[in-house]
Amino acid sequence: MLSRIQFGLTVGFHFIFVPLSIGLILFTAIMETLYVRTGDPKYKTLTKFWGKLFTINFLLGVVTGVAMEFQFGTNWSRYSEFMGDIFGSPLAVEALMAFFLESTMLGIWIFGWNKLSKKMHLLAGWLVVLGTHLSAVWIIAANGFMQNPVGYVLRNNRAELVNFWEVLFNPYAWYMYIHTIFACYSVGAFFILAVSAYHLLRRQNVDMMKASVRIATVFAVIATLGNAITGHFNGRNVAIRQPTKLAAMEALWESGSNVGMPLIVVPDAANERNAVELLKIPGLTSWLAYGSTDAYVQGLKDVPPAERPPVAPTFWSFRLMVGVGVLMLLLAVLALWHERKGTLMERKTLLKFLHWSFPLPYISTTLGWMVAEVGRQPWTVYGLITTSDSVSPVALADVVTSVALVVIFYAILVGLDVYLLVRYAKAGPEAMDERQAAVAD
Amino acid sequence: MSHEVLQVIWFALWGLLWAIYFGLDGFDLGSGMLAGVFRKDEDQRHLIGSLAPIWDGNEVWVITAGGVTFAAFPKLYATMFSSLYLPLFIILFSLMFRAVAIEFYHHMDYDRSWQRIWGWVLSVASFLVAFLFGVAFGNIFQGMLLDAQGYHGTILSLLNPYGLLTGVLFVVAFLMNGASWLAHKAPEGDLRTKAHNFANRIWPVVLVVAAAWLVYTPFATNLLENYVKVPVLFLVPVLAVAMLLLTLVYLRKSNHLLALLAGSLTVGLTVIAAVIGLFPNMFPSKIDPAYSLTAFNSSSSQYTLQFMFFVVVIFLPFVLLYQVWAYKLFGRKGTGTEAQHY
Repeated sequence: MLSRIQFGLTVGFHFIFVPLSIGLILFTAIMETLYVRTGDPKYKTLTKFWGKLFTINFLLGVVTGVAMEFQFGTNWSRYSEFMGDIFGSPLAVEALMAFFLESTMLGIWIFGWNKLSKKMHLLAGWLVVLGTHLSAVWIIAANGFMQNPVGYVLRNNRAELVNFWEVLFNPYAWYMYIHTIFACYSVGAFFILAVSAYHLLRRQNVDMMKASVRIATVFAVIATLGNAITGHFNGRNVAIRQPTKLAAMEALWESGSNVGMPLIVVPDAANERNAVELLKIPGLTSWLAYGSTDAYVQGLKDVPPAERPPVAPTFWSFRLMVGVGVLMLLLAVLALWHERKGTLMERKTLLKFLHWSFPLPYISTTLGWMVAEVGRQPWTVYGLITTSDSVSPVALADVVTSVALVVIFYAILVGLDVYLLVRYAKAGPEAMDERQAAVAD
Repeated sequence: MSHEVLQVIWFALWGLLWAIYFGLDGFDLGSGMLAGVFRKDEDQRHLIGSLAPIWDGNEVWVITAGGVTFAAFPKLYATMFSSLYLPLFIILFSLMFRAVAIEFYHHMDYDRSWQRIWGWVLSVASFLVAFLFGVAFGNIFQGMLLDAQGYHGTILSLLNPYGLLTGVLFVVAFLMNGASWLAHKAPEGDLRTKAHNFANRIWPVVLVVAAAWLVYTPFATNLLENYVKVPVLFLVPVLAVAMLLLTLVYLRKSNHLLALLAGSLTVGLTVIAAVIGLFPNMFPSKIDPAYSLTAFNSSSSQYTLQFMFFVVVIFLPFVLLYQVWAYKLFGRKGTGTEAQHY
């Protein structure tokens, strides 16, 4: 259990930093592309401003990622031994293909401003983007296997890899990948909107922030809309490959055809029923999951209780994620509408909403991750190995010490990250220019 | 390729990755430790600023070594990391805080007192990484308290004389390389002279510790066995010693770049020499060799090894290529800190 807490903490912290990095670096690279194409120094300042916020945050994603890689060995040694063939390979490929690329190129990008031509520098920036996106491919391929194992045989009590391409082109992984990437973009987009709104509300750096908002609103709409669409396909995919998870997400107890979806539900897992079910839309669950209102959907009661995931957390995470997602989509569309009409500056309330909306995508991505991971329980690898069989035979005191270390150190890291992000975000892009001018003197 | 051939190739790659890691990150850990020695504001600024663009690229080698161990030798990965649980956690947190120190030193350049704290964090964390990796490898060379039930040692049993000596060897060799890097990168002046003198003064210490380690090794470990069987292998440790001597030659000539190269090769070749002695063991048991983890009993399936082999053959050259590019940009003599525009 402690190993689970510790791992949950490390993954959770890692997942605080990473989505913002992926969203921000793409936006930064777009800013730099605009700079190279138009030659407008405004975009150069913006590139450096958003790039600075990216670098502060990226570092913490890197260091928490390093800890994660070794944790499989330290805390989940039985799992590692069982799964090494399959889980280790994507991680090793990730290191070789993506980590080297992003770390080396990021060094070149940050420190190479005066050493490279504009175009080479831009190339380095896009290679960082490529590196972060590739990184996500491999880690999600590994997670995709845990959700939907493919390309392996069981031999000598281990899962042995027989077809790497099946693991890589695991359809489950790709549904997850695209959904996750859009989620990362929405974290980035809402972060940018929040910072921009802060400055616009104070009527400072208006020119710069308007330029950011113009692109960020489009970015936010694409990201949130993309999330909704890929989320729907992701749901169908879960329906086919993990029907039990789907049943838990919907808190559906009885199997049947033409299953309706009540809009208001309160599940009661102890009695295998829902305490409240109101406003049922006939056939909606069947249609969403399988594309036909008559489709047969499996309920939780068809699965022995020991193989069911915890229903309430899975259900509530899913519902809340969808709710928050819809809210974000509305905000993004509204912001885009007023930005295009040129009335954004007058809409103080909207700006205030945008400013305080940055936690929303964090909440929804974390909830989404919980749906994926909690919904998979009691399995570590769906249908193959359970979580309690995965942990290391390590002395309890050692795990307690490391959990304490993780909590203390990570809290320090998050604190510093937030402190610096806020400081530099508030200082604004013009302060970046002054800072650099001061150094040049 | 047969499974055995692949296992041998992967053993070699495993050793090579660690050798490259210690060769490269060694100097950057050494420079990091020196942040506690050269504490003048201006000196620290150049020291930490010279590491900023390259530390991350160097550190990926340890992630790759870890990832490769996971993919190619999952049983080793599982046993090694759960056995060395606490030391590994301290190493990990030190690596993390080292990275944070280098970056936040620059992000917090508005506040001198924070910068001083980060200088100390960098120094202490770099020392812990170097020393504990040395202790861990010293213990692996010696053999672990490993039987059918798993590992039986504690953190105190790791702190035995041979393990400690290997730790000290890592620390002093890295300090020497770190000083060479600093002497090469520092702008003409006080810091360069100080770094130069430091490297020259620590060289004899490295020599003494290395000599003690070489003499102690045959008594504490079985690393010599493979060398007795195939005497031509002695060339590797001889080459390592030659590189150490060459380091002194270049240091005397004030050619710090070549001194760094020779010093890094000394470190890399020493690791290779030790790994040769280890073969085919990767995590030997002190209790009974039957429980040792070897390249042959802890590897992945033939398919995985073969597939991963091609991945390495395709991607490693690219990695080397762009890392060379980074060093060409940020490794120029006398340029000092690279972080003016951070």
